[in-house]
Amino acid sequence: MRPKRFFLHRPKSLDEALALKVRHGDAAAFHAGGTELLVALKAHVLRYEHVIDLKQVDELKGVRLDVDHTIVIGALATHDTIANHPIVRECLPGYAELSENVANIRVRVAGTLGGVLCFGEPHADAPTMLSALDAWVVLAGPRGTREVPSRDFHLGEFTTARDEDEILVSINIAPQSTGTRSAYRAFGHTERPAVGVAAVWSTDNPQRLSLWAGAISSRPVRLARAEQAASALPDGLDAEQTWRRLKEAVAADAASIETHDDLHGGADYKRHLVSVLAGRAIKACIS
Amino acid sequence: MSHIDQEIPLIRVDFKLNGAHASVEVEPCEMLIDVLRDRLHLKGTKRSCDVQVCGACTVLVDGKPTSSCTTLCADAQDREVTTIEGLAQGNQLDPVQRAFIAHGALQCGFCTPGMILAVKSMLARYANPSEETVRHYLRGNICRCTGYVKILEAIMDLVHNPSKYQ
Repeated sequence: MRPKRFFLHRPKSLDEALALKVRHGDAAAFHAGGTELLVALKAHVLRYEHVIDLKQVDELKGVRLDVDHTIVIGALATHDTIANHPIVRECLPGYAELSENVANIRVRVAGTLGGVLCFGEPHADAPTMLSALDAWVVLAGPRGTREVPSRDFHLGEFTTARDEDEILVSINIAPQSTGTRSAYRAFGHTERPAVGVAAVWSTDNPQRLSLWAGAISSRPVRLARAEQAASALPDGLDAEQTWRRLKEAVAADAASIETHDDLHGGADYKRHLVSVLAGRAIKACIS
Repeated sequence: MSHIDQEIPLIRVDFKLNGAHASVEVEPCEMLIDVLRDRLHLKGTKRSCDVQVCGACTVLVDGKPTSSCTTLCADAQDREVTTIEGLAQGNQLDPVQRAFIAHGALQCGFCTPGMILAVKSMLARYANPSEETVRHYLRGNICRCTGYVKILEAIMDLVHNPSKYQ
């Protein structure tokens, strides 16, 4: 199908983009890579009279290290850019690897990180890892700029903390210590993950695990029992030893996740996947 | 009832298409695939899933594999678009096309234009890809006939013996 007709606006600056949204209100949608929005417009699931294309807005571009070494990923960065960017590959190889495995090459080349976050489709990869990494998003709107932790950004299916008139400017990630490793493992029989698990393992004192499961629920969920069990582990365990001591806690976390049977799999199956994928992600961090 | 009553201004899009200059006037909501197939009569680009999953509509935009079904034609402004019709030099087929023919790497042929353009972009990125890299890169190009074996054979033979297909 073809989309319903719309006016296309192509602002050159953030201020211009925000003003267009104020002028056209609910009749306008922001647009970047199109991998979600254009598909929904074609299916007539969504309909807008005005599409505001953000691709020429310089403030949303680029990947850089801030003066304090915070990694700043502009909202327009595509999955392919993130996968291959020297800063991401060096500082966050686990996140670069995740980006290299998003959907297919055409989606990676077109789809932007800002877009996938703002669309709020639960069956996405990046939100899980960004929650585990304790990233935060920068939002700009008519009332100014604010920051929201990634963990609080996703409120439910297709619902985020972004106000309708705000634009996601960047995703920021604090510098990782040298003893920190991250890994993401996902499984699904469609292009979207049925379940994905992200682990961030820090061997610095104190030892710390950040473990999140995504896609299984309407928003990424923390596997808190496993995180707590990890903080009590002795130093120096190898990957297998570590996993043996954590898997019961992970299974208990998985069993408590609110989920349901759907196209991606039965609820029990998806909870089972959480354990399997958590094991793989944790072992990948340690070995 | 009409969705929008006002007239929507057409957008003039100038771009390079298969090496030549192209200029079209389009509605903002028009997709690249529709302009290529219905206005410019380049029927090699195929529509199938229409949701950026199958790869049949793949074209190259500035060398990057792009789902023309989910790309606004307006976004082609000042870009270089390559379709399957643009690969051959006169009667001389592209090495990727020659390798596919030599290995019988197609049956119905519907996925073939997208598959071949995806391979072109892959070889521009990776000079000597492993089979694992090829499988990963082509994950988003679906073929319902061949079982992929001959496609992989054609590509790996082209990678290992490029002079055979010059």
